Amino acid sequence: MPDFKLNCPLPLQYQHVVMAHGGGGRLMQQLLGTVIRPAFANPILDAQHDSAVLAINGTKLAFTTDSYVIKPLFFAGGDIGKLAVCGTLNDLAMSGAKPLYLSCALIIEEGLAIADLQRIMASMQQAAQQAGVLLVTGDTKVVERGCGDGLYINTAGIGLIAEAVNISPAHIQVGDHIIINSDLARHGMAIMLAREGIAFDSHLQSDCADLSGLVQTLLADGLDIHCMRDLTRGGLASGLIELACASHSTFDIDEPALPIHADVQSACEILGLDPWYIANEGCFVLFVPATQTEQALSLLHQHPLGQQACVIGEVKQTHPQGLVTLQTAMGISRVLDLLSGEQLPRIC
Amino acid sequence: MAQPNPYRDPATVRKLCQAIAAITTQPWRIMEVCGGQTHSIIKHGLDQLLPPEITLIHGPGCPVCVTSLSFIDKALAIAAQPEVIFCSFGDMLRVPGSQLDLLALKAQGADIRVVYSPLDALTLAQQNPNKQVVFFGVGFETTAPSTALAAYQAKQLQLKNFSLLIAHVRVPPVMRALLDAPNQQVQGFLGAGHVCAIMGYHEYLPISAHYGIPIVVTGFEPVDILQGLYLCIKQLETGKHCVENQYSRAVKEQGNAPAQALMQQVFQVVDRNWRGLGRIADSGLALNSDYAQWDAEQRFAVSTITTQEPLTCRSGEVLQGLLKPAQCLEFATRCTPEHPLGATMVSSEGACAAYYRYRR
Repeated sequence: MPDFKLNCPLPLQYQHVVMAHGGGGRLMQQLLGTVIRPAFANPILDAQHDSAVLAINGTKLAFTTDSYVIKPLFFAGGDIGKLAVCGTLNDLAMSGAKPLYLSCALIIEEGLAIADLQRIMASMQQAAQQAGVLLVTGDTKVVERGCGDGLYINTAGIGLIAEAVNISPAHIQVGDHIIINSDLARHGMAIMLAREGIAFDSHLQSDCADLSGLVQTLLADGLDIHCMRDLTRGGLASGLIELACASHSTFDIDEPALPIHADVQSACEILGLDPWYIANEGCFVLFVPATQTEQALSLLHQHPLGQQACVIGEVKQTHPQGLVTLQTAMGISRVLDLLSGEQLPRIC
Repeated sequence: MAQPNPYRDPATVRKLCQAIAAITTQPWRIMEVCGGQTHSIIKHGLDQLLPPEITLIHGPGCPVCVTSLSFIDKALAIAAQPEVIFCSFGDMLRVPGSQLDLLALKAQGADIRVVYSPLDALTLAQQNPNKQVVFFGVGFETTAPSTALAAYQAKQLQLKNFSLLIAHVRVPPVMRALLDAPNQQVQGFLGAGHVCAIMGYHEYLPISAHYGIPIVVTGFEPVDILQGLYLCIKQLETGKHCVENQYSRAVKEQGNAPAQALMQQVFQVVDRNWRGLGRIADSGLALNSDYAQWDAEQRFAVSTITTQEPLTCRSGEVLQGLLKPAQCLEFATRCTPEHPLGATMVSSEGACAAYYRYRR
C-alpha cells in the first residue's frame, strides 16, 4: 500500500459515516476534504471540476464517473438507467466536452426481476443512443438479498473538449452573468413524493435529461462560456456556493428571478423544505460575459431544455473565501449557506 | 410556474412596514412564539424592515429545541434495542443527546426511520409483527392530535408491537412561565398560528387579561407576521391588551373540536422539563392510564433516565428571549449546525440555526 499522509485540518465530528456525509452539504465537503481527496491529491483532482480534464498528445479529454443509487428504481420522468447515462453525460458536458464513450458497472441485488433489469438496460441504451454515445465496457456483480437496493449503477464517461474551449471555475470573472436553463428541484421532489408515499396529488416529473446536446449547441455558436455546473445533489445552493468558493468571488442572486414550478413550491412548503437545496438532473447554471447574455438566452430558448432559461444573478466582486448573497423579494440581502447534510422535513 | 403569493407580496410588505413605522412612537419588545415564525422572519429579513424601536424576541416555539435531553437519551436507549424500529420526524434525528444523536446511532446499525405521520409508524408495526415499532411523539398541540390518533388506533387494533414515546408540550403554560420570570421583557406576543388552528385561542383570553399583555394569533408568511405586529403594536401604543386573530383564514376561537376531543381521550396533562427553561407545571402531554400499555417509557423501562443539561449552552436564555443567538460567545465558533452545543442550533426552526444560516 502506498504511503500517504492524511491532511486533516478539521476534526471529524462523527466516528462513523452518516447519511449526511453523502448529502452534498458541508459534512460531505468535510469528508471529501479530510479523508478522500488528501489520499489522492494531484493537480487534476484538485481542480474540483465535474470532469477531470486530461491533456493527452495535444488532445483534451474529459473523464468522469458517477454512481447511481436511487429508490424507487422507476420514477415519474425516468428510471435509474436513464439517470445513470444522463448524469454522467451531464458531468462531461459541464466541462464543455462532447461525450463519446461510457462504461457501465452493475451491482445487482439477488431477487431483482429480470424484466425490470431489461427495462433499465433498454432505457440506458435509448438515452445513450439519443446522445450519440456508445456504451463500450462494463461489469456485473450480484450481491446477496438485503445487501443492496435492487440495483446500483456506476457509469464512467469520456468526451472530447475542443481546443478553444476552456471552461472551469477558475475562469469565472467579475461581471459575468449567471444563467439557469430550467426550473428548480423537480427531480428531488418527484423522487421524494414517490419514495415516501406522501399522498400528494401531483403530476410532477423528474427533470432527468441529457444536457450535452444543448451545451454543444451553445459552444458551436461561439458562446464564451466561463463556467458551467449541473445542479444535482445539494441543488442550486450547493452548486453556487462551491463555485463561489472555487472562483474566490461573490455571486449576487436575485431570488424572485428563480423559476420554480408551482407544485414544487407547494410540496416544499408542506414538508418544510427549501427548493434551493433539492436535487435536479436536467438543470445547470452557466457563467457568461454580460455582453453575451442575450445570445446565450436566445440559444437556450430555442432548445427544449432551455425554454425557461433566465438570468438569476451576477458575479459581483472577488472574495477570498467565496460568498453567495441573495436579494430577496422583500428587498433584503442575505447570505446563502451550505446545509450541514440532507434536508430533513420539519415537525410542524 | 409558481403563482404569485399574496402573502409574500413585496408591495404589501412595504405598505405594512410603513404603517407600523407610522404608529410606533416608543420601543416595544414583542415575542413571536413559534419557531416557524422565527424562521420566516430571519429568512425574509423582516426584522430589518421594522423601525428600530421594535425588538423581536424569538420564543420557545420550536419543538425540537425544547425537547429535554432526557427525552433524547430515552429515545436513543430505546432505538438501540435490536428488536426496535424507531420512528421519528426528520428534524429530531440530528438533536444531540448526551453521547450521540439518532443519526449517528442509525449509522451504527439501529433501525431508525423518518416518518411524516405517526400513522406511518402504525402501518410499519402492522407490517412488521416481529418487531417493536416505537413512535417518538414530539411537538406542540399542532402534532399532538395525529399522535393521539395513532395511539387511539393502536388501542382499537390492540396492536402489541407498537408504542409511543411522548414528549408533546403545550404552549399556554410556557407563555405564563415566561411572563412569570423575574427578568421577563416581553410586552406583546405573536401567538403561534398552527397551534391555535387546533386549540383555538380561548386559552389566551385569561393570559392576556391577567398579565395585561396583547396576544395576536399570527400566521407564518411575511404579510401575516407584519399584520400581526401591526395589530400588536397598535394595542401597545393605545394602552390596550386583548387577544386578536390575524390568522382568521386558519384559526377559529374554539379551534378544532374533534382534534381536541381525541387529545383529551388519549392524553393527560403533566409537568414537563423544557430544554433550557426547566420544569414547567402542566406544560406536557403524556398518555393517560387507559393507554399505559402503549407507553414506550414503560415498555422499555427508560422512565428513570434523567440527564442534566450541559452548562455551556445558553439556549435557555435564547429561548427566553434574553440573548440573541449572535451574542453567544459559542455561536458560529464552537457551536455550529455540524456540532451543535444545544438544540436551538439543530432544528431549522431554532433561532440559532436561523441566524447561522441567514445572518453571518
